[in-house]
Amino acid sequence: MDALSSGCTVKMGEGQNPLEAMADSTFSASDVLSDLPNDLLGEPPSAVFGDPLSNISKQESTSNPAKQSSKLPSDVPCDIFDPLHGTGMEPKDDGKNASLIDIVINPVTSAKDNLPVDDLLSQPEIDIPAKTKTEQPAELRSEERPKDEPLSVASSKPKKDLFEDSPEDLFSELPKTKAKTKPQMDLFGDSSPDLFMDAKAAADTGPGRNAPADLFSEESVATTTSKSAKSNISANSIVTANSKANGVHSDEEEQDIFAEATVELSLDSPHNNRKTLDTTKPSEPASSLSAAAGSSKAQAKTLEELEEEESEDKFELNISITNPEKVGDGMNAYMAYKVSTQTTLPMFRSKTFTVRRRFSDFLGLYEKLSEKHSQNGYIVPPPPEKSLLGMTKVKVGKDDPSSGEFVERRRASLERYLQRVVCHPSLLQDPDVREFLEREELPRAVNTQALSGAGFLKMINKATDAVSKMTIKMNESDVWFEEKLQEVESEDQQLRKLHAVVDSLVSHRKELSVNTAVFAKSVAMLGSSEDNTALSRALSQLAELEDKIEQLHQEQAGNDFFVFTELLADYIRLLGAVRGSFDQRMKSWQRWQDAQTTLQKKREAEAKLLWANKPDKLQQAKDEIAEWEGKVTQYEREFERVSATVRKEVIRFEKEKARDFKKQIIKYLESLLQSQQQLIKYWEAFLPEAKAIA
Amino acid sequence: MNRSGKTADTMEGSGLTISASSIKVNEATLDEDTLVFSITSQKLSNGMGVCVCRTYEDFEWLQQSLFAPDEPDLHGVIFPPLPAKLIMSPQSQINNKTLKQLGFLALGDCCRTYCEALELYLQQVALHPILSKNKALETLLTNTESPGKQRAKKGIFNRLSQVMEEKRKESHKDVDDFFQNERDNNSNMTALTKVTTERFLDVVLAEQRLSVASKHLSSSIQLWVNQEDSANAAFSKICLKTSKVFETIKRNFEKTAENNISTLGLGLDLQSRYQEAEKEMLFRRTCKLVELEAANKNTERAKANKKGIMEEVRNVLEKQFDGMSSMARQEVGRFHQSRVALLRTALVSWCEQQLNTATEIAALYSEHLEACQKLPEE
Repeated sequence: MDALSSGCTVKMGEGQNPLEAMADSTFSASDVLSDLPNDLLGEPPSAVFGDPLSNISKQESTSNPAKQSSKLPSDVPCDIFDPLHGTGMEPKDDGKNASLIDIVINPVTSAKDNLPVDDLLSQPEIDIPAKTKTEQPAELRSEERPKDEPLSVASSKPKKDLFEDSPEDLFSELPKTKAKTKPQMDLFGDSSPDLFMDAKAAADTGPGRNAPADLFSEESVATTTSKSAKSNISANSIVTANSKANGVHSDEEEQDIFAEATVELSLDSPHNNRKTLDTTKPSEPASSLSAAAGSSKAQAKTLEELEEEESEDKFELNISITNPEKVGDGMNAYMAYKVSTQTTLPMFRSKTFTVRRRFSDFLGLYEKLSEKHSQNGYIVPPPPEKSLLGMTKVKVGKDDPSSGEFVERRRASLERYLQRVVCHPSLLQDPDVREFLEREELPRAVNTQALSGAGFLKMINKATDAVSKMTIKMNESDVWFEEKLQEVESEDQQLRKLHAVVDSLVSHRKELSVNTAVFAKSVAMLGSSEDNTALSRALSQLAELEDKIEQLHQEQAGNDFFVFTELLADYIRLLGAVRGSFDQRMKSWQRWQDAQTTLQKKREAEAKLLWANKPDKLQQAKDEIAEWEGKVTQYEREFERVSATVRKEVIRFEKEKARDFKKQIIKYLESLLQSQQQLIKYWEAFLPEAKAIA
Repeated sequence: MNRSGKTADTMEGSGLTISASSIKVNEATLDEDTLVFSITSQKLSNGMGVCVCRTYEDFEWLQQSLFAPDEPDLHGVIFPPLPAKLIMSPQSQINNKTLKQLGFLALGDCCRTYCEALELYLQQVALHPILSKNKALETLLTNTESPGKQRAKKGIFNRLSQVMEEKRKESHKDVDDFFQNERDNNSNMTALTKVTTERFLDVVLAEQRLSVASKHLSSSIQLWVNQEDSANAAFSKICLKTSKVFETIKRNFEKTAENNISTLGLGLDLQSRYQEAEKEMLFRRTCKLVELEAANKNTERAKANKKGIMEEVRNVLEKQFDGMSSMARQEVGRFHQSRVALLRTALVSWCEQQLNTATEIAALYSEHLEACQKLPEE
């Protein structure tokens, strides 16, 4: 435990702010450094977040205050997040999770086993403050390398990625990030560490490859193998480290940790949770984790765990959209909305910030997110549709109440849209989301026309058509998907029906409201013509009563509309997105199948060549077969990855849905109850008036 | 509306032997095309119950019998208004025409409201100091034979001939300020009450439509949940609860509409018809007045040889008119009393019933709310 904590101290003990701690951890020990990139790749921020917490609570005292003051540029912490974003997009495989934990533990083992390492670890920290604030990653690396000589080339590679990514994210704009993260994704295929491992294993010669290689990711392998004599850590020692880690992450302690580090609690809890789940992992699948196959197995296993995990996420992020404002005149006018964010998430620069966004910005955000995440099977919440009619009214009409209603409706639905986006743990990590919330000026979104009104619906319909067509062809191996898709489709039908029914309910309520108002007027006139004073008085009271009731009806009509009509409309759109993710899975399957067909053809061609005895072309054919075999494996893995993501996403979606509906029905009931209580008061007040008629 | 049955019943020994407040029109049953109403009442003397079955024609017969043309004073009576005939379509559904004609009376389950209106009519007749003495009422309430067959000749209730004259005579200036006032007031109030009743009917109809829409929504949700398998149990539960909530909302509108119909709706409808009845009475008097004035003119212009006859005619008319006017004066006073009383009863019971419903529904809502908050999310 001591060793562990000291290891951690070096890594994370820098202060309460886990951001800094993280920054430090990245820059501090070469070991850690070499580990981290993989960490980051393999795992979304979870690990990085989770650990600082535990360390903070445990090791505050041991941390070096001097180092704390190492004024890392405040931007730096953010950088570390960026690569995270990149990885966050990647589906979270279990194989990765497993490796992640190990990595975390790794420095510990090294610390325990050899003090020099400890020194090594601490040294870079001192270097950092000395450096310029811009912190050239190259320099850093060069600084560290000498100390970390044994580091294999392979292990330094991912590190490079990390470092190159982060500053670019910080200082330049996102296109570059994309450029960086993309190749990364491509390179490592489904980003499963196993793939990584393969590559590594090839580079790193055998020794570590055996037991520890599976247990720990290639990084750890790299370190272990490279750490000269001392660092020849046996599998046993690693295991002990693991068990220690388990101890650290045991539930009770975790609770404590949470209690102390409230600020990060919200984001971390789910991930920490996962970590606990994962810590148990390494011990069992270790031996069986043979390269690629292991990853998909682990994936399947964690599905339930992921489900559990979802239930716990609670983001300390509140978004509200207020002050819709008309900007400009005539047909060029547009509505601008104030997007206010309140957050305790450390990934944002401040706790509260406000930006102004126009409708097309929201559409632009959707496009960006959809482009990046849809293909991986993520359900990207769709924004409200563009409404030419509504907006034209706003542009032309000045005090038309229907245009006011339109604006309010739009505002509310944009708010719900954005809330859904940030509720999504993976989407929240997207730099575009952060930029949308934080950045003062956004580049003007273009081509949002495609998303306008009918076009948008058409797009969704097209997607669903394609899906249904493919379903016929697809010999569904997984019943779950087949059933779910059917469920989603029938749900879509039902929601549309319900939507129509609620619509008529709302219009009847409005009718009642109008009728009541007219009746109230009539009663008022009747009252004023009445000779009998008491009756006249009672009638005018009655007119007032009916006026109040009319108000209640009106409010209730608004509630019906805003709670149910809009909720259903949202979910009709969301179901479109759900179908879209099924569609992506289908596409991925198609690609895999196509590749298999091609491979088959290539093999046949090879057979023919063999038969024809044409050795000159045989080599080329063999190469092609090898290439296509690789592709088949890759596509299959991709398909499995997308499938897993879709599955996870659908489960998440359903949970969100249940939560959403529950929230809305409670809200609705509260409004019903309130208006009913108001009604009782009205009647109670009227009764004596009626009785007073002589 | 059950106001002091005693005064009427005990006024004359020869009066009704039935207690006015005991008269009930219990139910209407459809015998082929004809609605048959079962009427129960109790004897004043021994409280013995009497039960008869009557058709609408029997009611019409009563209404016509009540007015004996040979008694000119009766022209000054405001006759309790008999509701228009309820025609049931084969599917025993209310069509739009009936609805327009009958308003509230066409609503309610199994002609309930219509029965209540007939009951009110009978009670009003029985409570009337003069009309209650008419043997026709007693016959209708107690005789086992249906009196409707022997139809009375068309009396003053033949409105068709009136319509033409109405326009001409309605604006005739009255000699008596009291009646002039009452006429003005009546035409004003008649119009207003009619409009108010119609608008209240619109409110009730909207409530009924909402009730239907809520029911529809509730069952749609339920249907949906039944289709979903139990994969997402939490969501199913929430939907089921939502369905229940809309069931309650449906009940709310249903009850509210029912209350509206059976109390204020019926009250306003009666009010409106009563005002029409007053208007008719006032019109009859105005006709007599016009007649009298014509006679006066004729008498003045008449040559000496005819003067005697003319004066005689005029005197008869004058006597009739005076008798009618004094009766009318009484009746107007009585009408206003009972009108206010009727409306008061309607308003009070309306308010009480709505308050009950509102309280009941509020309790249901808070039950739902509590249950919803306890629902699992996962």
